Amino acid sequence: MHTLTAADLEVVYDVLAEALDQATPAKAELFLTKLALLCAQSLGDAQAFTELTGSALQDL
Amino acid sequence: MHQPHSEPRRSLYFNYQVFPAHTASVGAARVERKPVVVVGAGPIGLTTALDLARHGIACVVLAAERQVSEGSRAIVFTRRSLEILQQVGVAERVCELGLPWSCGNSFYRNQRVFRMESPHDPDDRYAPMTNLQQPCLEQVLVEAAEADPLVDLRWGNRVTGLAQHDDVARLSIDTPAGSYELDADWVVAADGARSTLRTLLALKLEGTAYEGCFVIADIKIDLGLPTERLAYFDPDWNPGNTVLMHREPGDIWRIDYQLPANETPEQALKPESLRERINAQLHMLGVEDPQWEMDWSSVYSARALTLPNYIHKRVIFAGDAAHLLPIFGVRGANTGFQDCHGLVWKLALTLKGLAGPKLLPSYSTERVSAAREIISEAGKSTRFMAPPTAGYRLVRDAVLSLSLTQAFVRPLYHWRTSRPHDYADSLLNCATDDNARFTAGPRNGAPLLNIRLAADDYLFDHLGACFYLLYFTERVCIPSDVVEQVQAIRSSGVPLRIIAIAQSAQAAISGADQLIDGSTGHFAARYGITREGAYLVRPDQHICARWLQVSAAQLQSALDTALGKH
Repeated sequence: MHTLTAADLEVVYDVLAEALDQATPAKAELFLTKLALLCAQSLGDAQAFTELTGSALQDL
Repeated sequence: MHQPHSEPRRSLYFNYQVFPAHTASVGAARVERKPVVVVGAGPIGLTTALDLARHGIACVVLAAERQVSEGSRAIVFTRRSLEILQQVGVAERVCELGLPWSCGNSFYRNQRVFRMESPHDPDDRYAPMTNLQQPCLEQVLVEAAEADPLVDLRWGNRVTGLAQHDDVARLSIDTPAGSYELDADWVVAADGARSTLRTLLALKLEGTAYEGCFVIADIKIDLGLPTERLAYFDPDWNPGNTVLMHREPGDIWRIDYQLPANETPEQALKPESLRERINAQLHMLGVEDPQWEMDWSSVYSARALTLPNYIHKRVIFAGDAAHLLPIFGVRGANTGFQDCHGLVWKLALTLKGLAGPKLLPSYSTERVSAAREIISEAGKSTRFMAPPTAGYRLVRDAVLSLSLTQAFVRPLYHWRTSRPHDYADSLLNCATDDNARFTAGPRNGAPLLNIRLAADDYLFDHLGACFYLLYFTERVCIPSDVVEQVQAIRSSGVPLRIIAIAQSAQAAISGADQLIDGSTGHFAARYGITREGAYLVRPDQHICARWLQVSAAQLQSALDTALGKH
């Protein structure tokens, strides 16, 4: 499994934050859901996606 | 006293005929007893009656009203339904009246984001789908029932009571001239979504009722569009909701649209509300100055429910009386036809004393399992068409948005049409045959594949109300032990015929009841047969055993299993 380097993670951090602002708060949920589906397709693994969903549900 | 409407219903495309009520039984000296009484004269009740008649079983059909049903209701009939209607002799008429089609389209933001064509194999006689309004189908079935001496169709007879005993059910029936009682060995409850018999027996449907409500409206307008399914998601005039359109014969279009949350059916059916929304939909289609007439409108909410058991002592449920399925994917009537076709042969053989103890109960297990599978599929469609929660709505909306550019999400628009159920786990299937050794062809439990034999000549045209042994052979005779076994089975009263499929151009095959020229090899190839082999087929065209080579003993054993004796 590939992991992000610290530098890559910083890129993701900024890209996500700026895209959320660009989407506007009213469309943030829709944007994030689209992004999750695109990431799932890129991941190509429903089981891994299910586990990631579990992780994201923690400590909300 | 029951007073059904005596005025013909109004319609822009169908001339309703009011039939005289059956009142001759009121005041009779003794209670009549019938082998079967079918309650309900909708498509499922009438098809049940015609199918029973093919097996030589007489029945009474009780129609609460004095005319066929109001509004177009079930309008899309699948290929499998046409095959069943062919068996009861009305498919030709339905095809003359109906509109065949095979393509469905989904639109989002004025873009067609999905198009699916249902396969139409050259071996199939019928189109994947045929559109015809339910009253027109019922009229065809009524004409066939009236012409059949074994069907006693009683208009204006409403069931009001039921008393069950071990071997008989007694129905109380109200008519415009008073009431009477009628005894039946078996009652088939085909009395629809609001089944009186289900209520009288206090039976509960299990499953899910969805919140989204849809208006169903039929309008008369010539849109100049082909017969295809049209689905519009989140249109500007109805944000967040879904609109479906189907073409019906006679320049009638069905428009189904989802209601905004919190709107009541009464509000939705107000003429000005209907007009405004239908015009908005037609504007979206590019109709500048829509001119149309309303034929019928109703409100519908999606439910995916079934009884957990279809047989309750002497009462057997079929169609919407047994289960309520969402309209997306045309599963209502199309499931009902498979119910009654699956039931009738079992009931007929039980009445004739030829069935084992497991045959009739297998109707319930086979069809409840089919309904549960359909409910699971229908649930998926419904969660896409009318998302039930905020989470489902968000993901659905994300999919709509992605579908404009991302092909991978588009299969989620697939509308999972009703398809013939495969009774792969049925206890009527032979467990000791060669089913697992076949590498092609329909497996045990599946319906037969139709085969085009010549122009306007298909395998299903040659089938009737009996078991068949499809015997593929290169020889000029069926082995004598098999022929003798078939004759012995037949003389016991079980209808069984041998259809020989000649693998080379034999003029005749001795021992066969029917001969099909299979010398092109196409039939055998579709059935996974290289040279020799045989399929045993139930009277509902589902396969219950198949062999690379069959012996007389194997045939008898498989037939006993199929008769519920094992």
